[in-house]
Amino acid sequence: MPGITPEEVAHLGRLARLELSSEELDHFAGQLDDIIGAVARVSEVAGEDVPPTSHPLPLTNVMRQDTVRPSLTPDQALSGAPAQEQQRFKVPQILGED
Amino acid sequence: MTTDIIRLTAAETAAKIASGELTAVEVTEAHLARIEAVDEKVHAFLHVDREGALAQARAVDAKRAAGEPLGPLAGVPLALKDIFTTEGVPTTVGSKILEGWIPPYDATVTKRLKDADVVILGKTNMDEFAMGSSTENSAYGPTGNPWDLTRIPGGSGGGSAAALASYQAPLAIGTDTGGSIRQPAAVTATVGVKPTYGGVSRYGMVAFSSSLDQGGPCARTVLDAALLHEVIAGHDPMDSTSVDVPVPPVVEAARNGSVAGLRVGVIKEFGGEGFQAGVVQRFNESVEMLRELGAEVVELSCPSFTYALAAYYLIAPSECSSNLARFDAMRYGLRVGDDGSHSAEEVTALTREAGFGPEVKRRVILGTYALSSGYYDAYYGSAQKVRTLISRDFERAFESVDVIVSPTTPTTAFPIGERVDDPLAMYLADLCTIPVNLAGNAAMSLPCGLAPEDGLPVGLQIIAPALKDDRLYRVGAAVEAAFVTKWGHPLLEEAPQL
Repeated sequence: MPGITPEEVAHLGRLARLELSSEELDHFAGQLDDIIGAVARVSEVAGEDVPPTSHPLPLTNVMRQDTVRPSLTPDQALSGAPAQEQQRFKVPQILGED
Repeated sequence: MTTDIIRLTAAETAAKIASGELTAVEVTEAHLARIEAVDEKVHAFLHVDREGALAQARAVDAKRAAGEPLGPLAGVPLALKDIFTTEGVPTTVGSKILEGWIPPYDATVTKRLKDADVVILGKTNMDEFAMGSSTENSAYGPTGNPWDLTRIPGGSGGGSAAALASYQAPLAIGTDTGGSIRQPAAVTATVGVKPTYGGVSRYGMVAFSSSLDQGGPCARTVLDAALLHEVIAGHDPMDSTSVDVPVPPVVEAARNGSVAGLRVGVIKEFGGEGFQAGVVQRFNESVEMLRELGAEVVELSCPSFTYALAAYYLIAPSECSSNLARFDAMRYGLRVGDDGSHSAEEVTALTREAGFGPEVKRRVILGTYALSSGYYDAYYGSAQKVRTLISRDFERAFESVDVIVSPTTPTTAFPIGERVDDPLAMYLADLCTIPVNLAGNAAMSLPCGLAPEDGLPVGLQIIAPALKDDRLYRVGAAVEAAFVTKWGHPLLEEAPQL
């Protein structure tokens, strides 16, 4: 198992939208290495013949009638918004300048 | 008088309110006074809703005066883990990313408590996003264990357990993803139950690992836990994983404790290296007591349980890395860096960096790694297979026994600070509780004595098959009664005065 480098942690941080500091990259790299080394043993018993379980219950999709029901008002829905304008969530720029 | 009120059980309190011996306002005021007196030391609460609690209490008293029917826990105060949304009352999940957030709606658990006339005193401290075993990962500072304030109260629901053990509330609610109800119960000498997965609605319960998370009751007695279990459990159309079956008869079971003729399994893999001598001693005495009470004890092997911790620390981080993606700084919660110079994506990354603590970041990164293409099969895929093996081991075990018992935790409460930056050591606290979450079974922890070497509480875990939650209460009530007879009083009475 290759060791986890700070560069890899930075890449994972970008995927997970975490702007990690350089101290964190070093610190987490060492810790993640230890944790992954410890949890990798799951592969010892995960044979081809064992089906995976994703959930403790046998799940089926749950449907309901598509009828109008009481719900949050726009004011309630926006009550925790960091910024809002014209009854909408106001967000920073999404697309580039060009 | 105040001292007497706070030491009553929930069942006794409800009876006194129903009979008119006490008013709900008196009971609530006594608990608010207790919080005022001791919580500066314990730090069980993140938010005390004084006005809301008193308003609810007044409503209960008015209902009684008008001759309207009261619920079985009407007027009884409760401490709610800060992971359940509460309309108009802050909900932080122990995280800076939700600091100051006021939810516009109630979780189903919150709503059911209110409908049952339970008085919600406030919101309790927890490890951030329920990730931890010590409550040290709270962004708002740790909680002390009422048995020794320099030690951890367990986690993630350390605030709820500490509130019970310091008589700040007779009832509390927790959530259990890998042991977050049972481990705090064990180290504080209280009772905690993880219901069968799907037994209690997850609607409005901030998600950590959706296939494992389960809300449940915390109390000082088995009967009180059962009364609370019955209030919060039951099918909820708002949660698609809520099971549509009748709630198991938990209160009836708690009132009729018995183990005569019951087959009790002891798992060989729950012991050995890493288990404190005093914990093993008290556990063995509990097994002996079960035998004396008429149970048949059967030794079993569940070989895959030795892989449970590893599987859990792949599955839970994987699910959390996905669940926590919703904290994107756009619709609610913290927003950092929105000064016109950063894109939305950069604002999200800056906000998450500022708003999440180290353990949450560690798990999000670990989950992102385990789900990455190229690693998925080796890690997440293999962990899901281990989950199958663990369920099979339980199924096989429950062919020959009715319940399984084990120590709840390998050790008693450790000192605050000891494991906070050693994640692997911290994770070991959940060694005996995690297999239950992976399989979706029901389990309880209740006090079984003090470890001779440190005088700290030891928990006995009882595990039942899925949907047989009533067995926990039948066995738990019998064990509790036998221990109280042996000790001459509930164990919690030996806790030091605060």
